Amino acid sequence: MNMATDNKVQIEVSNDHTTTENNTTQKRVVYDTKNLNLWYSENHALKDINLEMKENEVTAIIGPSGCGKSTYIKTLNRMVELVPGVSTTGSIAYKGNNILDKSMNVEDLRTRVGMVFQKPNPFPKSIYENVAYGPKIHGIKKKALLDDIVEKSLRGAAIWDEVKDRLNENAYGLSGGQQQRVCIARCLAIEPDVILMDEPTSALDPISTLKIEELIKELKQNYTIIIVTHNMQQAARISDRTVFMLNGEVVEFSETDQLFSNPKDKRTEDYITGRFG
Amino acid sequence: MENLEALHENNKMNARVRKNSIWKSIFFLSTLFGLVVLVILIARVLFQGASWIDLDFITGRLSTNADRAGIMGAILGTVWVMLVVIPVTLIIGVGTAIYLELYSKKGTIRSFIETNISNLAGVPSIVYGLLGLTVFVRLMDFGNVVLAGGLTLALLVLPILIVSAQEALRAVPGHLSEASYGMGATKWQTIRRIILPAAIPSILTGSILSLSRAIGETAPLTVLGIPALLIPFPNGLFDTFTALPMQIYYWTIDASLVAEYANLAAATIIVLLLILFILNSVAIIIRNKYQQRY
Repeated sequence: MNMATDNKVQIEVSNDHTTTENNTTQKRVVYDTKNLNLWYSENHALKDINLEMKENEVTAIIGPSGCGKSTYIKTLNRMVELVPGVSTTGSIAYKGNNILDKSMNVEDLRTRVGMVFQKPNPFPKSIYENVAYGPKIHGIKKKALLDDIVEKSLRGAAIWDEVKDRLNENAYGLSGGQQQRVCIARCLAIEPDVILMDEPTSALDPISTLKIEELIKELKQNYTIIIVTHNMQQAARISDRTVFMLNGEVVEFSETDQLFSNPKDKRTEDYITGRFG
Repeated sequence: MENLEALHENNKMNARVRKNSIWKSIFFLSTLFGLVVLVILIARVLFQGASWIDLDFITGRLSTNADRAGIMGAILGTVWVMLVVIPVTLIIGVGTAIYLELYSKKGTIRSFIETNISNLAGVPSIVYGLLGLTVFVRLMDFGNVVLAGGLTLALLVLPILIVSAQEALRAVPGHLSEASYGMGATKWQTIRRIILPAAIPSILTGSILSLSRAIGETAPLTVLGIPALLIPFPNGLFDTFTALPMQIYYWTIDASLVAEYANLAAATIIVLLLILFILNSVAIIIRNKYQQRY
């Protein structure tokens, strides 16, 4: 359960839960990706990725379909392994531990790194049971404690007021945008450090999208957020740093303002000005 | 417009329309054929047996005297056999389906096993009877008792159940299990809390349908040497027993000796059909109730 039992733990882990509002200069690196290559069988999907992602920041990954952005984000919690025939080289250090190492416990990793998916995917259970699912699988049984976690998580996902009177109704009765916020609450309930979001608003209407974007800005205070998005305006609105990927490679990675106003690479410029993609 | 009218008057057009209605009639008649046969069958059975069904017939003991004969022994025998079939097929069948669908890696070994399970579903039931006779009755020396009959019928319907349970598991959307894995759930937690609850209605439907298949099977029981004699009501796994289809079988054979036995067979058929009808209705109700929950 606790990564501290892992003998590869570095000293950095000791101040694991400090959510002190450090200034940009002091921000710790959460994910350090070095020379990452990934193949789906013969298909070379990620090529020599080198990225550093920092604590309490929103990092957006943009790029055209098939550029590898979803593959990369799914590598960060090793969900990519659910696809048969995946192989990798290189390393991704999560707070100093290489998560691609065989000794890494994926259940532990995924407890620290939550994920929100493209399509809202609540379980066919009540809203309460959806949010309580994570704590329950990690062994929390006390009703009072679960109640607390559910309320806190739903508040954290800015949906408590809309659902507090219908916690025992099936989550499928909610609108798409509400379902997605329940999914975010479900993710918050396991108290992760990082939240990975794979195009979380692509199936939602503009108003729901706006609500989620506002939520992401709030969540940034306490969580590190990495978001894949199709929508460049969205990346510009919510992220601190932006990665532009193309054909499995990182073309450019810099501060969001910098990347959108003054791209260094010609391909980035072509993409953000809508010449392709 | 003129062209269109010309088209309408065109003989070729009429020929096409006629061809269409001919084919439609052929397909309708094919459907009708099955229905008519079924109606005749049920009508004949009802006509022959309905007047013989009363409480005494249902609750009575077997007798050589047609007027006094009852089928309680056969009903109890069928119930006892099902008490063996249900747990054995559910545990082994669902377990196999879970392993094949969720744990085993896709590959030649898995497809080899799956092909063979599908083939087993097509093996004639009498062959299962021979297997049961060899293994359960003789080798394990159970004799022709409830346990031997139940295990034989369980083997018979196991392939059907495995295939339907696999389909049920496959139908659970992948994004549900992804969400569970994404929160650090283990495979077993995901199976138990997400995949199985979502698949259970379909699994139940499949198991009820395979159960009704087992209830109606006669051939394997005849091979096992299940009697329809004046034996005591079965009271446990190691008691000899008879079952509804066996009772029908023997009364039909012996109708050449005592003509009324044919009516008793018809009456028993009605009871058996009713049981099967109820089971299938339950399966349909479960399926409709839980359809499209995700």
